[in-house]
Amino acid sequence: MTWPWSIHTPPAGPEHAASAAVSIHDMTVAYHRKPVLWDVDLDIPEGRLVAVIGPNGAGKSTLIKAVLGLVKAVSGDVRIFGEPLERRRAWIGYVPQRESVDWDFPVSALDVVAMGLYREIGWFRRVRAPHRARSLDALTRVGMESFADRQISQLSGGQQQRVFLARALVQDARLYFMDEPLAGVDAATEQVIIRLLRELRDAGRTVVVVHHDLQTVQEYFDHVIMLNTRVVAAGPTAEVFHRDNLHKTYGGRLTLLEQAAQAVADTAGR
Amino acid sequence: MADWGLVARSLMHSDAAGHWWRTLSMQDYNTRVVAAGVALLGAACGAVGAFMVLRRKALFGDAISHATLPGIGLAFILATAMGLPGKHLPILLAGAACTALVGMGVILLLRHRTRLPEDAALGIVLSVFFGAGVALLGVIQQMQGASAAGLESFIYGKTASMLAEDGRRIAICAAMLAAVCAMLFKEFRALCFDPAFARAQGWPVRALDAAMMGMVVAATVIGLQAVGLMLVVALLIVPPAAARFWTDDLRAMVLTSAALGAGSGVVGALWSAMEPNWPAGGVIVLVAAAAFIVSMLFGRARGVLHRFAAHLRLERRVDRQHVLRAMYEAGEQGREAAARSAADLARSGVVPPRRLARALAGLKREGALARLPDDRWILTPAGRALAARVVRNHRLWELYLIRYAAIAPTHVDRDADMIEHVLGHDMVAELERIMDSAGAQALHLESPHRIAPAGEGR
Repeated sequence: MTWPWSIHTPPAGPEHAASAAVSIHDMTVAYHRKPVLWDVDLDIPEGRLVAVIGPNGAGKSTLIKAVLGLVKAVSGDVRIFGEPLERRRAWIGYVPQRESVDWDFPVSALDVVAMGLYREIGWFRRVRAPHRARSLDALTRVGMESFADRQISQLSGGQQQRVFLARALVQDARLYFMDEPLAGVDAATEQVIIRLLRELRDAGRTVVVVHHDLQTVQEYFDHVIMLNTRVVAAGPTAEVFHRDNLHKTYGGRLTLLEQAAQAVADTAGR
Repeated sequence: MADWGLVARSLMHSDAAGHWWRTLSMQDYNTRVVAAGVALLGAACGAVGAFMVLRRKALFGDAISHATLPGIGLAFILATAMGLPGKHLPILLAGAACTALVGMGVILLLRHRTRLPEDAALGIVLSVFFGAGVALLGVIQQMQGASAAGLESFIYGKTASMLAEDGRRIAICAAMLAAVCAMLFKEFRALCFDPAFARAQGWPVRALDAAMMGMVVAATVIGLQAVGLMLVVALLIVPPAAARFWTDDLRAMVLTSAALGAGSGVVGALWSAMEPNWPAGGVIVLVAAAAFIVSMLFGRARGVLHRFAAHLRLERRVDRQHVLRAMYEAGEQGREAAARSAADLARSGVVPPRRLARALAGLKREGALARLPDDRWILTPAGRALAARVVRNHRLWELYLIRYAAIAPTHVDRDADMIEHVLGHDMVAELERIMDSAGAQALHLESPHRIAPAGEGR
């Protein structure tokens, strides 16, 4: 196997579409010699609601983390609105997976939301009343204002997810990355989150969401990235979200899913 | 010097009591120095340790403190070879800090460059560095013309040997650590809670991490003389763990932890000054442990008793709601006038029989139930309104779980009163519409799940 060890940095030339919020060129990521993402070439257009789908282990979270510089890419180049990541950090909001933090941590919901402003507040300075007021506004947008002072372990899973979302909202970013914000949340939270995602899109923001529920992709998202170590397909949902691509992305696993669904339907019909 | 001691002695007619009195009132200059130094040490360790405990890296301090021993030996050898006084404390502590930093570097290297589990990395550094230190001390014993006696005191600590300048050194270091904690409080909070988010925002997470570890090194090194390298880790772990029982707020936890550390230090140092056979390091740790046990039992935020009481309150409230519900539904089904005897209620199993009497008494106190002359119970008008609300909320929850929530019922906030807060007014209105059209009767008869028995709350 040949390894693309050299990091090759093309000039921000014609291969980077001008209107793209994110341009990924030739990115490969490996964990301990095992490639997780291979030769990813992607342009994510601005102002869309974008789903990243694929089976477990397809590299969905890794794609987001590599774009954000949280995992090192073996090779590749990422541009955010045409500039390198470090110059665009302030434009980016991030919602990590809910399980990635310790919810027993001694902070209130409001404290967590205020973390979205830490970069803006800057080194050594404290969180002050105006910051707290803005954080409370963000909590209000996700319907959580009456939980502002609750310690975060006292919130349900869906409420915790809303707090994470509020932390990203308060940053007022142009580009959002969200890692499975709809996993394991109740229906009410799902409605709140989807409404907010649409509001963000309508306000011209770009929102990239790792999504696991194939049933809702067409309803919720304008644009889909179908991923299985390589990019199988990427484009407007109406154009790329079809049977062929799903089979290429999920392979045998999708047929298993279908068989299971069929079995359930048979049992129910009897 | 002698006057107060003499007064005390003449008052108490006892040498032992006089000694105690002199120690407790801190008349000896040396006692004051030791107490102040150990208090500041405890405060610094408590504050720094709070962050480490929350990051689940508490044992990092243990590895670091053991990594100081070879530095002490090396510093002694080098200083003696250069003709300097080998046992000069600042030289020894500088050596200790050097190998502690090397140990920290090795841990970071193992963490980032290998797939070794963190605890294995810590264990390797702890044992190898300590082993090297023990070997060096053995070599030093046999060195010509060097009196090495006393170097082992760094293993268990020797508080009584502290001088005023040692106290000053500890004070300066502790003040610096406190200042860094205060300045980087927000940054440390983000780092401890969600390092990936902090990194994505652009904070130099590795540098902050190294700064925090460096603070542990500093706290450990200044603690060597007072409590020794074996026990200094207790000051980094026990006060923060105790403080967590008292508060759900990070700032309060750091301050409480610092206060508990300082208190343990002072009490332990004074105790050991009164009873010289009790080594200060051990006593300080025991006092901290006592504070931990008290906190674990009585802590206001998550102490055992507090949780038990909260659990009991919840259990009783649920019991009362179940009784109200049973009374209300009996009325709905048109059973004669909705008055029910305690025995009848007990048979229907709404509440375990041994808790029924308390629930009934509580409802009577609240004015929701009244007792008829024939000993049966009946809802008062106020109780009827209350019961109607409870029943409505329970039914809305059940309907919600059936219709909309494709998730385990445990994911839903169990407090039925909060339904509007959790679901939003639109959803509640929708549920009410469905419930009205379906008819209340059908709904509560076909409840899909039993209301969780009392006490299964979190």
